[in-house]
Amino acid sequence: MNEWIDILPEQIDDIIQLIREQYGYDFGDYSRASFTRRVKHCMQAASVKTIYDLQHHLLNEPSFFNWFLQTLTVNVTEMFRDPLFYKALRETVIPRLASYPIIKIWHAGCATGEEVFSMAILLKEAGLLERTRIYATDLNPANLEKARKGIMPLNAMKEYTANYIRSGGMEEFSSYYEAKRDHVILDSSLLKNVLFSQHNLVTDQVFNEFQLICCRNVLIYFNKTLQNRVLHLFYDSLVPLGYMALGMKESLLFMDVRPKFDSIKDDAKIFRRKN
Amino acid sequence: MSHALPEIVVIGGSAGSFPVVSKLIEQLPETFSFALILVMHRQKSGLSEMDKVLSLNKYTKVIEPNDKDQIVPNQIYLAPQNYHLLVENDRTFSLDYSETIHYSRPSIDPTFESVADVYGQQAVGLLLSGSNTDGARGLAHLVQMGGKAFIQDPSLSEFSIMPLTGLKQVPEATLINPSEIINCLFSL
Ligand SMILES: C[S@@+](CC[C@H](N)C(=O)[O-])C[C@H]1O[C@@H](n2cnc3c(N)ncnc32)[C@H](O)[C@@H]1O
Repeated sequence: MNEWIDILPEQIDDIIQLIREQYGYDFGDYSRASFTRRVKHCMQAASVKTIYDLQHHLLNEPSFFNWFLQTLTVNVTEMFRDPLFYKALRETVIPRLASYPIIKIWHAGCATGEEVFSMAILLKEAGLLERTRIYATDLNPANLEKARKGIMPLNAMKEYTANYIRSGGMEEFSSYYEAKRDHVILDSSLLKNVLFSQHNLVTDQVFNEFQLICCRNVLIYFNKTLQNRVLHLFYDSLVPLGYMALGMKESLLFMDVRPKFDSIKDDAKIFRRKN
Repeated sequence: MSHALPEIVVIGGSAGSFPVVSKLIEQLPETFSFALILVMHRQKSGLSEMDKVLSLNKYTKVIEPNDKDQIVPNQIYLAPQNYHLLVENDRTFSLDYSETIHYSRPSIDPTFESVADVYGQQAVGLLLSGSNTDGARGLAHLVQMGGKAFIQDPSLSEFSIMPLTGLKQVPEATLINPSEIINCLFSL
């Protein structure tokens, strides 16, 4: 069993400051509870015993920092996670997107791409994939690298297939990938119009205009101040009447952008920018 | 011995804990001075018996909190499916979609741990029946931070692994008979 690591709040501040000054990433407005857990998680994984040792590694070994950054972010994701959300996309959002000659979608915090793959399948089934551009961004370069390859573990397919069916999928799910020994490779034609690139929601700006932005299970890692800022960024990146999808447990309730959005589907956390 | 009433009570349970928790929720009076958090191992997808828990109390609806919801007394919170439930210094919830722990998400340890860090002596932790070792480590931390620990008597638990593991790691915890839980919470 893992050893217990004690870290004082001030020590977390020190780590955040070090990373900001040395590497330019700002975790100051991340949710403290989960950020602290992640720092401990990294220390355990690298067998770093004290916060001083951690500081030493971070200061002196850029390669250690790269590993640290990749491990610090929570990279868990799934295809067709929350089938009811995808069902709502199929039924409510995608038909409306069809009226745009070119459809532009932004997946912010796409992790290793599973959500993007799911979206591409929905668009393909709606006959819209050819005229869609998907911009899939993440802070973590290692995630993007994986996503571009479209590789997923074979043993996840059983669950993804069940999710897909529950989301209203009617095709043979296995026709979307090729199974190898212990992994599968997504049909590359699904990713033809997908651009994976690095974008940091903390520091980077609006880079295009979209009809749909998906940012699910990313804002939970931010404190309210940063959540608010990022939601403004999304507002500014949406066309009037554009859609925004958040994670199932995320809410606009206490956010000052709330009056600028209508809730389209409460239980799937789909919102729409007012005019 | 501190006379301050607990601000928060966290209950962790797995296999065999559902009847114990249901009974407790049913018995809860109209008002109570603490926030009650339930972390229960749940089926990954599909409707589970846990959804029934949501309407068991005739005064208070059990809620599955959203991220950054304020934690208030006289409320019953159930850790949502597929997230770990953490608390922040400003007494709000944070949800976390990281790796499963003890094959579970929600897992009990992270909630005990973060509640302990924020609430210290004002926290009470109760570990129930289960056939998994989740919760013990978090309960130990809760005690270390000054909180009070209870464990369902293993001999009165449908599955004793979880309470036994808890007892091994937190020998100072008080053993509790399931039928006594409600009285115990109100005589701290
Ligand atoms: C839990 S995953 C969410 C994956 C997917 N959206 C889902 O719900 O399944 C969180 C992702 O957010 C990314 N992330 C964290 N901070 C970020 C930031 N400041 N800017 C962009 N992405 C960030 C992480 O690298 C990680 O890939």
